[in-house]
Amino acid sequence: MIGPIGYGSLVIALVISLLGVVASIYGQRIHSNAMLETARRATLVTFPLLSLSIAALLVLLVSGHFEYTYVYQTTDLSMPFYLKLAALWGGQEGSLLFWCWLLSGFMFLTLMRKWKSDHDLLPWVIAITSFILFFFLILVLFFENPFNRYFITMDGDVVSSLFPPMMSLQANPTDGNGLSPLLRHFGMIVHPPALYLGFTGFVIPYAYAMAALINGRTDDRWLKSTRRSALFAWMFLSIGLVLGSRWAYDVLGWGGYWGWDPVEISALIPWLTGTAYLHSMVTQEKRGMFKHWNVALIILTFCLVIFGTFLTRSGLLSSVHSFSESEIGPAFLAFIAVMFLASLGLLLWRWSDLSSPYQIPSLFSREAAFLINNLLFIAIFLICLTGILFPILSELLTGQKVTVGPPFYEHATGPLFALLLLLMGIVPLTIWGSTTARSLGKGLWKPALLALLAPLLSFILGGNRWTALLSVWLIAFVILATLMDTIRSVKMRSRTHQESGWKAFSLLVQHNRRRYGGYLIHIGVALMGLGIIGIEFFQTTTQGMIAAGESLTLSNYTFTYEKLDIADTPDGRNSAVATVLIRRDGRELGRVYPGSDYYYASQQSVTRPGIRSTLGNDLYIILVDWLEITTDGATFKIYYNPLINWLWIGSFVLIIGTLVALWPARNRRKAFSLEGSA
Amino acid sequence: MISLEDSSHTEQKKSGIKVNKFLIGGVLMLAAVVLLIATSLKGNAQYYLTVDELISGKVKQGSSVRVSGVVLGDSIQYDPRTLNLSFIVANIPGDNQEIEARGGLASVLHEASLDPNVSRLQVVYNGARPDLLTNEAQAIMTGKLGEDGVFYAEELLLKCPSRYEEGVPSQVVP
Repeated sequence: MIGPIGYGSLVIALVISLLGVVASIYGQRIHSNAMLETARRATLVTFPLLSLSIAALLVLLVSGHFEYTYVYQTTDLSMPFYLKLAALWGGQEGSLLFWCWLLSGFMFLTLMRKWKSDHDLLPWVIAITSFILFFFLILVLFFENPFNRYFITMDGDVVSSLFPPMMSLQANPTDGNGLSPLLRHFGMIVHPPALYLGFTGFVIPYAYAMAALINGRTDDRWLKSTRRSALFAWMFLSIGLVLGSRWAYDVLGWGGYWGWDPVEISALIPWLTGTAYLHSMVTQEKRGMFKHWNVALIILTFCLVIFGTFLTRSGLLSSVHSFSESEIGPAFLAFIAVMFLASLGLLLWRWSDLSSPYQIPSLFSREAAFLINNLLFIAIFLICLTGILFPILSELLTGQKVTVGPPFYEHATGPLFALLLLLMGIVPLTIWGSTTARSLGKGLWKPALLALLAPLLSFILGGNRWTALLSVWLIAFVILATLMDTIRSVKMRSRTHQESGWKAFSLLVQHNRRRYGGYLIHIGVALMGLGIIGIEFFQTTTQGMIAAGESLTLSNYTFTYEKLDIADTPDGRNSAVATVLIRRDGRELGRVYPGSDYYYASQQSVTRPGIRSTLGNDLYIILVDWLEITTDGATFKIYYNPLINWLWIGSFVLIIGTLVALWPARNRRKAFSLEGSA
Repeated sequence: MISLEDSSHTEQKKSGIKVNKFLIGGVLMLAAVVLLIATSLKGNAQYYLTVDELISGKVKQGSSVRVSGVVLGDSIQYDPRTLNLSFIVANIPGDNQEIEARGGLASVLHEASLDPNVSRLQVVYNGARPDLLTNEAQAIMTGKLGEDGVFYAEELLLKCPSRYEEGVPSQVVP
């Protein structure tokens, strides 16, 4: 009965989402509150319905109903409980259902919280989000149904189908295929949901923007109402991206964290446009500018979210994320095209209504800084888009596929990222309205000069590439400029209000959460940049085959291979684990255990690096191979990754910063704020 | 360039000058992006070829290219001392539609690995043996074709479409 409950509630949700679209549009046309109430209820009810469907699939997954295709393909008996749960998003069908569920959850929350306050916008928000949900549910039900079962036909073929074909028997496999060994990692539990939360979260601001355009509301209501959901989505998108990197670092065993793979980039590009949006959104709130631009950015971000979901599913590009090719590619492409053109049409239709009398007052104003920020993000986005589409574009134009790899992206986006860092350091000192070059220079020379210590230090430590030194300077500059501006404000406040330094600081942050949340995010990004510079510019590596008792050396570390243990595990792996002792200048630092797991069922091996992490560096050791018979010779590859951990630390700072900006103000007193919060 | 944004929402009478500014700003930014892309493409872009195309000399020898083929499991040789890895790949079509028409990637890979008539290419690579390097895996390699007809790969990417995605249960209890 569990399966029928699962797909039954899917079918009802499909019908109801269509009802939501029709009732909300018709209700507005005939000005019927009763009809709008129907639309609201229809939208509210999709969430429990899809929750039921998700629950049904989870029950099937954890209880090993291998007659269900999806359960067979993503789980097996030996998998631990948490991985069986995570198998919900381990395949295409489950991921799409999960996508729908998250979207309906966001709609549910929005309607519960905003029905009264946004009464004029929400009917169209319902129509738009329900339409998107309707499209995805059609994909789930008719193309990628997670509730398909295996049947054996008269001819003895095994087919996967929702309903039994004529004269067939249900197949009952005793065990499943199991999740791909590469996906059996802690990252699997958190990375896909975070990314999907980020993806679906951006649908709400988009729907609000479209609702505002349709209703002809040219004020900032749509934007203010969805500010926090955009920030929330952005935070999860950031978390998803970082977790993906961490996962790649832990599992793929190549000593790297980001490979400029098309699928990675397809998750990065909505983050780029989303980040641009978060900044230009502030400009509209504060100064009433960039109205067209904000709508354009949220349309773009939404389309890129769908594009990202589509790209990983299309089989169009070669990528390490080898998802299956599927029939839903063309449907996705058509959907994106329709949504993009319709949204753009709406924007053009309302173009003149969105005019704003304000202009950018000066090249050094905060408005200008935000504009440059946006241009840089869009430029990076365009480069990334060109990169992933290059094989397709070049084939269309010249008949020959041409691909680009990491060097292309690094070379093209590097200077732009550097400019973004520079801007990040300058922006705390700009003010709305106008800043003169003189006042800007007065505030900036100190952090700029002080920051020179950082490249000096790294030069003494052996860094001598000018790009690396420049990047290190930029990072120090961002952090110093941000901190010094904060200290200056705290001092000013404590003087004028006669408060202690700490109290002044905490009140300052409380009254300007968004500004100081933003500062913290900037510092987090700068720290992440430090980690990236460390691994990109200063990674060193060695490799070699050694017998037990012998050592390899890398810079002033020695790595001694002590022993190798090979054993079968209860969950169907053959696990080889080497013990490696690390010494630095003769002093013992500890042992690491690089290994390799061979999964019998899928006949695939997965490398597990042994990593010794400190704030200064990672020693990252891979057991490449070993001699089966004697077990005395083993080959290791060792990476020395300086500063890499600042990438992860910075991401925590970024999350905390976002939370500070997201946290609702306890009371909305504004009288105390010293300066306009950013 | 700076005032390009506000230009779009000022009153009609000014729009003549403003629109020009908008255009100039936009064109400048696009020019910068195009310039960055163009300079970055130099030396960093590779032709994506099939084994057939590579062997027939479609591109100049010694230039960096990307090749896709199916791995022949029996040919894999690996020396853990030197990390020298060598194997043979067989040609598979590069066109997605052709692959679809022949029953999907998995069956194309399977057929190509068995067919003695398709062209083959010896590949040499130095580094850790990738976990996914197995019979009938699709290898996507970046590197150069040497004068000896051997492909020297600098980067190796592997895909196994058949294993998780299309497998149907073999032993089933009705």
